[in-house]
Amino acid sequence: MSDVRVSIDDLRVVLAKSDVDVVDEISLTVSAGEVVGLVGESGSGKTTVALALLGHARRGLAVADGTVDLEGSDVLQMSAAELQHLRGRRVAYVPQDPSSALNPSLKVGYQLREALKAHENDGLEVPDIAERMEQVLGEVHLAASKEILDSYPHQLSGGQQQRIALAMAFSCRPELIVLDEPTTGLDVATQRHVLDTVRGLCSSYGVAAVYVTHDLAVIAEIADRVAVMYAGRIIELGSTVAVFESPAHPYTDGLLKAIPSPEISHCLVGMEGTPPSPGRRPPGCAFEPRCPHAIAACAEAPPKMVPVNGADHAARCIRAREIIRTSMGVDELARSAECQERASGEPMMVVEGLDGFYADKQILFDVGFSVPETSCVAVVGESGSGKTTLARCLTGMHGHWTGEVSFAGRSIKQLARDRDLEVLRAMQYIFQNPYTSLNPRKTVGQLVEQPLAHFFKLSARERTDRVVATLEAAALSGDFLDRYPDQLSGGERQRVAIARALVVEPKLLVCDEVTSALDVSVQAAVVELLRRLQRERGLSLLFITHNLALVRSIAQEVIVLHEGRVVERGPTDTVLSHPVDDYTIRLLEDVPKLTALTASPVAPSPALLP
Amino acid sequence: MSSAIKQARRSNGGARPQAKLRRHEWLAVLRAAARSRRGMIGLGIAGFVVGVAVIGPFVAPYPATEFVTSAFAPPSKDAWLGGDILGRDVLSRTLEGGWLLLIISAAATALGVAFGALAGITAAYYKGWRDGLIMRVVDIILAFPAIVFALLLVSVAGPKLWLVVVAVAATHAPQVARVMRAAALDICEKDFVKASEIIRMPPRKIIRRDILPNLVTPLMVETGLRMTWSIVIIAGLSFIGFGLQPPAPNWGLMLNENRIGLVSNPWSVVVPALLIALLTVGLNTFTDAVARVSIGVERPVGEEPFLEERLIGRTLDSADV
Repeated sequence: MSDVRVSIDDLRVVLAKSDVDVVDEISLTVSAGEVVGLVGESGSGKTTVALALLGHARRGLAVADGTVDLEGSDVLQMSAAELQHLRGRRVAYVPQDPSSALNPSLKVGYQLREALKAHENDGLEVPDIAERMEQVLGEVHLAASKEILDSYPHQLSGGQQQRIALAMAFSCRPELIVLDEPTTGLDVATQRHVLDTVRGLCSSYGVAAVYVTHDLAVIAEIADRVAVMYAGRIIELGSTVAVFESPAHPYTDGLLKAIPSPEISHCLVGMEGTPPSPGRRPPGCAFEPRCPHAIAACAEAPPKMVPVNGADHAARCIRAREIIRTSMGVDELARSAECQERASGEPMMVVEGLDGFYADKQILFDVGFSVPETSCVAVVGESGSGKTTLARCLTGMHGHWTGEVSFAGRSIKQLARDRDLEVLRAMQYIFQNPYTSLNPRKTVGQLVEQPLAHFFKLSARERTDRVVATLEAAALSGDFLDRYPDQLSGGERQRVAIARALVVEPKLLVCDEVTSALDVSVQAAVVELLRRLQRERGLSLLFITHNLALVRSIAQEVIVLHEGRVVERGPTDTVLSHPVDDYTIRLLEDVPKLTALTASPVAPSPALLP
Repeated sequence: MSSAIKQARRSNGGARPQAKLRRHEWLAVLRAAARSRRGMIGLGIAGFVVGVAVIGPFVAPYPATEFVTSAFAPPSKDAWLGGDILGRDVLSRTLEGGWLLLIISAAATALGVAFGALAGITAAYYKGWRDGLIMRVVDIILAFPAIVFALLLVSVAGPKLWLVVVAVAATHAPQVARVMRAAALDICEKDFVKASEIIRMPPRKIIRRDILPNLVTPLMVETGLRMTWSIVIIAGLSFIGFGLQPPAPNWGLMLNENRIGLVSNPWSVVVPALLIALLTVGLNTFTDAVARVSIGVERPVGEEPFLEERLIGRTLDSADV
């Protein structure tokens, strides 16, 4: 795989007006048949780099310097007409959200044909378009039936849409394919399909691929090499195995510690702080303010890439060679101490025979489980499994349900407005998205004080004291009192939401996908916070998630929900290590795992070869 | 550690100053709008007319009802803008004829916007039969052209000052209700409203604390627009003789009284007409600036990073997740 297909050299993309760098010093090569993972958290600049490969800069951004050399021609120097020939034909792009990338008013067959026809004048010779369409659809495991070709995008599922987008991208047999988080928003089973398809196609056609994602586990499954981005720079570059087994940059090390795994139970370690935004980057190493290994020299000048363990693996850290020895790779993580304690007491909440409806449609069927005092029960399911409906029924937001739910020994009413204040206080709900659950016009102090004033009669002074104490318990200082939500990062917002629930001293917290809107490093910190609170305050948690990997790190018991029914329940270890139900087994197999590295890469199936 | 690094450290968590400004977001928006180019122009024009109306009565050379010259006398040294239909000084009447018009317009606007916003938000929050009832009443009022509706009220009860205010407010309320309902519907679905609902927070508190503060910007824009409408309607009512009554001067009335003398002394019509036009154009321009500043399209002059920071935030948030 030494046949270099594309090489990015010293790419710099800036804000068009102020020349502030968004990404800088990006150098990267991708060989034919190789998948390079570009990984980073939100705002790291990974999408900016990916789009530069297509000769595109988003509005407000401009390419200031550097070259993107694709087989001898510089993409960044091309005219609009040349780019038109380039895109789709030589460099293809698979967007994050296929439902917005496909034209909703055109049939997918038409759109697929269009992709091929558009390049007829560019020397693309496809003798039989119908045959090629059938072939590419077969490659993404879709039948080229009239049924599929004649349907509009909205008539297909998310996974099917993404496979159409993939087929379109591969249809012109491009030299390079750029995949921008193509599996975000897909269920694990669909994600598994898409990953296998991409891997197979890249190796059978020798296509170079750049795979952009924030999910390290996905990278572990698909990429040959990985480039980790932070604050607009590549901070570590190397073969996936080398980077994951012995991370040399403290940020990579931190990210790996923050990822939950379905196979091993380990304490998640979050990283404090947030990445600096463009224009606010410190003069030295961008990671220095958050770095546990920082020394005075780190803050003085931006570090250069330092090779570690041979030419193949490099990190942008002056202490890389020391750190690589102290950091823990996936192997060590597996051996890390079991930090999950067992707890079970009297049931705090008992749910029996709950049937939930939307209009005439039944969503939940005979759901039953109990949440013991001071323990955490996880409800796991894919989208459409009814897990959010369950949360909304239990918290009284949705009233159309039957069955028996008792809380602290008393039966509770359907709707929140019919329930006792005492019940409402003792059971608190934390919303999925901290960007919408906090009133943007209130300060943190006001937000947390609001429920306190509602449930308790306290003087202003007592209220302030309790608000500050609760903020501190949620790992926020009293300094936050006067800040507004838009001055906070996602993780800080979610902590405020947790503090708002906590301030009224509840017995049960219902957490609905509380980490799904957050980056992994922040997710880890929030999960650790919830665990600590559970332990220290004797809280019960009902933790609703689609992320099976997280369950190990937080829950003592797990309930697997599938199409509105409980298909499996039991202690976390038992369910995740020895699943009984077919659905659970499949779900577990499909979850991307860091340990996939040790397994051999997916071989291209013979059917895919031309 | 050098101070530059400390600085960077402090600021690297994101934009954190300006907490004081944000407490009254609407004030901040107004201030920013006033410093944008469009806002400056609008405020300048409207400010000039308001200045004329406010200072005018104190600097008018003659009492407004005194006969100074002959009917429709052309401008002279004694009467700079000539005489009106009865030979009164046009300049003095113009200078005195603004303040009442402005006060009444403001009162009508305030009343109309307050009622309309209340109705719109109530409809949006409660939904169901309250929504249906309120919006159908709104539809009925909207079926009448605004000026016809105001005329109807005034002609039934006679041209009393308070009635003019109520009539004009009543023509505004339904329009405001519609706009506010649409804006509030969006806010009512937000999770932070649900968070208050599931702890049985009383609806009135939810509306006051959670919903209203998030509607301040559309409310300001709407108020500005309605104000220009008020002026036009009240001047119009005066023109056809239903608004403010003679002999007290006002710009709308002056148009009506003096239009037959348009040829002999055009100033007697052009000046009040121009002032009304300038006021509405100025107010509209400023309102436009407020709306643009609040969505980040316009920014205060000399504040480059303002827009750019929002732009970074937007592109990175929306596409680089």
